[in-house]
Amino acid sequence: MKFWDWKFTFEILPLLAKAALVTLEATLIGFVVAAILGLAFAIGRMFGPKWLAVPLAGFIEFIRSTPLLIQIFFIYFVFPEFGVSIEAMTAGVLALGLHYATYCSEVYRAGLANIPRGQWEASIALNMSPFHVFRDVIIPQAIPPIVPALGNYLVALFKDTPLLSAIAVLELMQTAKIIGSENFRYTEPITLVGLIFLIFSLIAAAVVRLVEAWLRRRIIHS
Amino acid sequence: MAHRPLVVCAILAFTAGLVIASFAGFREFLPGLLEGALVTVEITLGGSVLAVICAFVAALSKMFGPWPIRGLAVVYIEIFRGTSALVQLFWLFFVLPRFGITLEPLTVAILALGLNVGAYGAEVVRGAVSAVSRGQWEATVALNMSRAQALRRIVLPQALVPMIPPWGNLFIELLKTTALVSLITISDLAFKAQEMNATTYRTVEIFSIVLVFYLAVAVLITVAMRSLERFAARGLARGPAQ
Repeated sequence: MKFWDWKFTFEILPLLAKAALVTLEATLIGFVVAAILGLAFAIGRMFGPKWLAVPLAGFIEFIRSTPLLIQIFFIYFVFPEFGVSIEAMTAGVLALGLHYATYCSEVYRAGLANIPRGQWEASIALNMSPFHVFRDVIIPQAIPPIVPALGNYLVALFKDTPLLSAIAVLELMQTAKIIGSENFRYTEPITLVGLIFLIFSLIAAAVVRLVEAWLRRRIIHS
Repeated sequence: MAHRPLVVCAILAFTAGLVIASFAGFREFLPGLLEGALVTVEITLGGSVLAVICAFVAALSKMFGPWPIRGLAVVYIEIFRGTSALVQLFWLFFVLPRFGITLEPLTVAILALGLNVGAYGAEVVRGAVSAVSRGQWEATVALNMSRAQALRRIVLPQALVPMIPPWGNLFIELLKTTALVSLITISDLAFKAQEMNATTYRTVEIFSIVLVFYLAVAVLITVAMRSLERFAARGLARGPAQ
């Protein structure tokens, strides 16, 4: 048996490309959930009443210090117990989103804490409602500086999507495992999956660096 | 102030533990889970030691090595940071035997996690070493120290203190990643949890206990690293007065 079979490689490449789409889909939806939920967590923790802020802080620490894999199992197996049937992909994306929302909330917190006091005082002086203060004054200033940090978590989330294979979502890793067990050849599929991840991660890291440079120039110039 | 989340967590873990303990059947799956927990702790410790060694070797090679070694270090760091931990684990598990290297699953687990976290740690070490002020290096040159002497006696001792908090985060990261080894047939805590879930269907209790266990170990790591940091920072005259 050859160590590396090119014919086999080209046979499985289309299958893996299709699975890569599922991986990207999970990444994007998961990150949208994480970005929105993370902002809500950060605002709740920083500006919410004490009965909300303290348990929320505990919850965030809890999610951050327990493994994503167990959280995925928890959501996938526990929801049906309460009579809510949930698809593997939905459960996985929900777990990914929730897990990374706690990381993102810390990033947002740093961004929100960096807004000068004067901005808040000016909004009060202008008699703005809290909703408008956040939407029109605080968030537009808080987000741009933290975009690179959020980008890093997007890459991290992308690299955690293979965990969805544990609940049989047909993403890259699961597809590679199925190909491997059908053909008794694991070398090509798993190496290819590694290469695909490496390429995507390097591209994403380069994009994050570009955005960072662009933002720095824009913030300095304005 | 900085301890508040920790305290909240400890209280949360304690109450959750009490609530779960009051469920029936608790004694039934506790011994099995403890067995798995032991494996998890073992892998975490082994992986942490390997990660620290890898990180220092890779970072110092990348900073001071001749170009072939530097290149090797960069490739190692980029590959292990750029791909998914699960893919690395599977690759070592399924592909290494084809090179004629067959390792125990436990060895594969420690190797994969150590190498993975070591690559992230290398950047932490590099950041801390390059943060040591230039004047310190210049002073060692003035004192006619060799580069190895300068590193060992002057630069590394100063770089160690700011390195401790990020290492604490990485150790917790490693602890969380150990859950993945259940997917290469190692009966760690996550594996035992799944096994028991399949036989008893007491999903909520089992996974809650497991989550609380991981949280407890993570809090333990945080507390240990905090005291290590305080110990290491004595007499360094840095930060706010205590």
